[in-house]
Amino acid sequence: MADSGAKLVEPIVFQGVHASLPHDSAWRHVSGAAIYVDDIPEPPGTLHVHLGMSKKAHARIVSMDLSAVRASPGVVTVLTAHDIPGENDVSPVIHDDRLFADGEVICVGQSLFAVAATSIAAARAAAAKAVVEYEDLPAAITIGQAREADLKIEASQRMARGDATAALAASPRRLQGAFAIGGQDHFYLEGQVALATPREGGDVHIWSSTQHPSEVQHLVAHVLAVPSSAVIVEVRRMGGGFGGKETQASLFAAAAAVVAVKTGRPAKARPDRDEDMVMTGKRHDFEIAYDVGFDDEGRLTGLALELASRCGSTTDLSMAINDRAMFHADNCYFLPAVEIVSHRFKTHTVSNTAFRGFGGPQGMAAIERVMDAVAQATGLDPLEVRRRNLYGGEGRNLTPYHQVVEDNVAPQLLSELAASCDYEARQRAIDAYNARSPVLKKGLALTPVKFGISFTTTHLNQAGALLHLYADGSILLNHGGTEMGQGLFVKVAQIVAEAFKVSVDRVKVSATVTDKVPNTSATAASSGTDLNGMAALNAANTIKARLVAFAAKKWGCAEGDVEFTPEGLRAGAELVPFDVLCRQAHLARVSLSSTGFYATPKIHYDRATHTGRPFYYYAYGAACSEVLIDTLTGEMKVTRVDILHDAGRSLNPAIDLGQIEGGFVQGMGWLTTEELVFADDGRLLTHAPSTYKIPTCGDRPTVMNIALWEAGRNVEETVHRSKAVGEPPLMLALSVLSAVNRAVAAVADHKLFPDLDAPATPERILMAVEDVKLRAGLG
Amino acid sequence: MGEAVRFLLNGEVVEARGVDPTRTLLEHLRGDLRRTGTKEGCAEGDCGSCTVLVGELEGEAVSWRAVNSCIQFVPMLDGKAVISVEGLGKDQPHPVQAAMVEHHGSQCGFCTPGIVMSLYGRAVAAKGANAPVDEMLAGNLCRCTGYGPIIAAAETIEPEAAPDVADQLAALRRDEALSLDFADPVAGVTRRWFAPLSADELAETYAAHPDAVVVAGATDIGLWVTKLRKPLKTLIDIGRVDELKTITREDGGLRIGAGVRYVDALETLAGLYPDLGAMMRRLGSTQVRNSGTIGGNIANGSPIGDMPPALIALGARLVLRRWNERRIIPLEDFFIAYGKQDRAPGEFVEAVLVPEPAPSAMFKVFKLSKRFDQDISAVCGAFNIQIVDEVVTSARIAYGGMAGTPKRAVACEEALVGRLWNRATIHAAVEALAGDFTPLSDARASAAYRALTAGNMLRKVFIESARPDLETRVPEAAHG
Repeated sequence: MADSGAKLVEPIVFQGVHASLPHDSAWRHVSGAAIYVDDIPEPPGTLHVHLGMSKKAHARIVSMDLSAVRASPGVVTVLTAHDIPGENDVSPVIHDDRLFADGEVICVGQSLFAVAATSIAAARAAAAKAVVEYEDLPAAITIGQAREADLKIEASQRMARGDATAALAASPRRLQGAFAIGGQDHFYLEGQVALATPREGGDVHIWSSTQHPSEVQHLVAHVLAVPSSAVIVEVRRMGGGFGGKETQASLFAAAAAVVAVKTGRPAKARPDRDEDMVMTGKRHDFEIAYDVGFDDEGRLTGLALELASRCGSTTDLSMAINDRAMFHADNCYFLPAVEIVSHRFKTHTVSNTAFRGFGGPQGMAAIERVMDAVAQATGLDPLEVRRRNLYGGEGRNLTPYHQVVEDNVAPQLLSELAASCDYEARQRAIDAYNARSPVLKKGLALTPVKFGISFTTTHLNQAGALLHLYADGSILLNHGGTEMGQGLFVKVAQIVAEAFKVSVDRVKVSATVTDKVPNTSATAASSGTDLNGMAALNAANTIKARLVAFAAKKWGCAEGDVEFTPEGLRAGAELVPFDVLCRQAHLARVSLSSTGFYATPKIHYDRATHTGRPFYYYAYGAACSEVLIDTLTGEMKVTRVDILHDAGRSLNPAIDLGQIEGGFVQGMGWLTTEELVFADDGRLLTHAPSTYKIPTCGDRPTVMNIALWEAGRNVEETVHRSKAVGEPPLMLALSVLSAVNRAVAAVADHKLFPDLDAPATPERILMAVEDVKLRAGLG
Repeated sequence: MGEAVRFLLNGEVVEARGVDPTRTLLEHLRGDLRRTGTKEGCAEGDCGSCTVLVGELEGEAVSWRAVNSCIQFVPMLDGKAVISVEGLGKDQPHPVQAAMVEHHGSQCGFCTPGIVMSLYGRAVAAKGANAPVDEMLAGNLCRCTGYGPIIAAAETIEPEAAPDVADQLAALRRDEALSLDFADPVAGVTRRWFAPLSADELAETYAAHPDAVVVAGATDIGLWVTKLRKPLKTLIDIGRVDELKTITREDGGLRIGAGVRYVDALETLAGLYPDLGAMMRRLGSTQVRNSGTIGGNIANGSPIGDMPPALIALGARLVLRRWNERRIIPLEDFFIAYGKQDRAPGEFVEAVLVPEPAPSAMFKVFKLSKRFDQDISAVCGAFNIQIVDEVVTSARIAYGGMAGTPKRAVACEEALVGRLWNRATIHAAVEALAGDFTPLSDARASAAYRALTAGNMLRKVFIESARPDLETRVPEAAHG
């Protein structure tokens, strides 16, 4: 076994916030010493849990004969819905996700039963012996089928401001369009996994790869019919989450926990890649229709937007996700009169879930498509149309949900990026290229992003931290946020280090665990640092106040003359090294431990009317993408990308740049090569990397210039005036889709508008080219 | 229990006794040896999280290759050296590790050990690692970083010598074929593994066990185990047969042994046919090309293998051997129907014969897939066309992905031969393609897209010959 990694850590001189420190586990990552759940030594007697899965999209279970499963070599126990001590539910919101199907299946891949065996091979081989008799029920697989059958997870929602119908009728110009956007698999490199160990008195400890340990804890407690205090959920790190481990980890954790409690043996549930992709939810695919009114100057006068999504078989987080799609259908643009109608369709496919952006990307894609359509119709440059419609100016700062935009920096970002990426000259050069290149065509697009920061479910905007200073001067930090690669741990450690002016390697961040900080929110909605960083800072400030009072008394100076410096605590004329300070404070019986708590101020929201202030602030960015397409094959390459992003006053520029680049490339994958294909009978056909294609190294844009916006400062009192950065950059990739659409339009010299669907695979691009050629009579 | 598989792991001899011959190296490392630095991301050789370096004696020297440990069977490592991430930076961080940290090349860290090993492979001049970074890393998926920081780290790599394990490996060399058997308690079968050392021994073993599965690089058969979970009974590993790993120049062409791995044939084939080389650089990934063989790509009879259409268009022939009988057939005749090849029980592919280019021929290959790198083709088209005085004198055109087998476009060829090489002829030839194929729709592409692009590929062949001044290919144009 490689070394713990500790000896690889090199001493770091004092650098607090705003320094580009490496990820807290960087040395462990590169040495293979970072421990993920599947790397934890399995306790003796560990059972391996495999879940039997539905082969049908919608059916009544007539019978389920598991006798051959039980008799299979190595099998220790087989559990079904009847063996669950408590509630048969692993859902986040409305108790509609079964741990094991009971009487009816509602999607292919739904969990039917658990086999626990001495090896995973034995468990899988056993599960294959199940004899399940189904009676087919009518299944809706697509949005269209659900629309026809009127299947929804909740009533359609309407968000409106002004009279869109009247505005459209009175608009000088008007056009309609429709397009579809595919879903996306998270493809976290580490799949779902949980290791449950039984403890005395019916308690259970679970290592889980989850973004939401508290929810796993609460759900497992319900499943086991024990209080939450009997369940401990722990997570040191995830090998990627992206929203896919916000609610989806519960199923595997609960299955492992039930097996552990029933058998008294440790139990591990780890689906392989294919099982994971079949069984877990994805980004919602959408069908979007727009009816837009505008004037000859390209200014919008009215907009009616319909957003329809495939939610899958249960509710999961689909209500909030679709709400967020509505919240982002304005993006950076003032919509004088607007009506957004959102249909949340229920289908017999795996229940779709959180994914970086949480509905926002789909809503934003809608309005960006509208901007491109208006530009094409008016013959104006698309960037000019975008600029004319930005928020800003008298009476032009109110969102469709009646929040006032108070921190708008989109105009500056667009201007600065357009200049730095040489937008206008390149647009001309591309027109010239397209005129002389019959096979290959280029497209260029510059699009902005405004993303609302806060959970729109207001009560989730809270966090806790627990901070210990030990008498030797070392610091142990724990908070409710989970580390999934985003760099949360180092950022929060930087905040604590800055508070005490100690080097960040003095601050050890321990695994997130529900018995240290209770009732935490998911690490989601880009909120990890905003919430947990502030909670940790509050804990640090509590201890600091005690230390200041102690030092003032001990070294005889005013509290105002006590200061934490990188050299140590300065108390009047005295300079006390930090470890000496801790030792002295301990001897003087000063508490060196504190919790910290934070709740986001100012926010409120009335879901009944879809009005309020759901967001504490907005994060902004802008991207310009250039693409090259092949009009004979549909092949496409993103050749250059320029990004300017506002991370406020960045806590860690290197980490933030990593989020921006990674988010962009992930968004680019969503909109280009990542295609989920379901068969007519509801089976997912793209359930492994052989068929589901996330971007690889060569897909990275040939040239990529990424900059943090130097002037960025959060106008709100966030931690050190930083801004959340996890999700917003994903939507910068909408510039790629716009650029591809524009390259396709170049086939007919921009006389026609191609409503290219996403993902813009080579096939979709080629078919859009063919469609444009046909309409233009270029056959 | 049988014999023990012996290999070097990070410089020390490891003995695996009683191991299931279809246990993967990854399972062995993580489960049996508790070396958990190497990760399982997909267990099908597509993500690279499990990348390790494998060294083997080639003559007296050791050659190193990055491979996907998730689809290497443990006995395939017998007598070889494995370096896993735990083998790097034992005393102080290896420069590759330091560069990854310095450039912020890891976020979640799960793909990182595999990437570190691929980069280390580049440092020690492992096979195929000297390619452009994009190409070299195409088999290492990262979902977090967007790759920029990893590319930056890769660009700092300085060459270094690989550990010298030649003597240690020489000491592990076998004089007799490895033979293992294992009673699989779950599947209830006895599994056998033979690794003959010569072609004659292979022929004899296969004749004695005609129901055996022949394993070369296991880049396909590995998935029969990890994905299809087939309880295989008898396997014959041809990876020890040096005679099958040679490329020889014969009259008018090359003789490529069935055990030659893509990476070892790439340069030679690219020298003869640059378009074939370009296609091969996109076939699989560095790790796959380091293990997979051209013979395996043919023998498995896949309708979407990329080498067969190219080789059919080139007029390649196949040497088949059973016991001591050999026969040579045109490659296209090998593929009878979906899942059915012209191969008798106990008969194996011994070599493929590839002709040299005809003086006036033009050879082009187009591989179409959703993703440019490391993706199975929706359509792969290969065009071998001779034009003399503006008249097409011969045309061999073959496609993959258009039918149940790789197949020649006979009607299309007929519409070309003897005609003037012009737009009207191309139009007629594209029309004729409709009579050659009735493609299917699947997760990779629709039938309509396949049919359209099959024709457009021929159009592109024409455009490229008529208008060499035009930019016609995205990747070349994208990189200026």
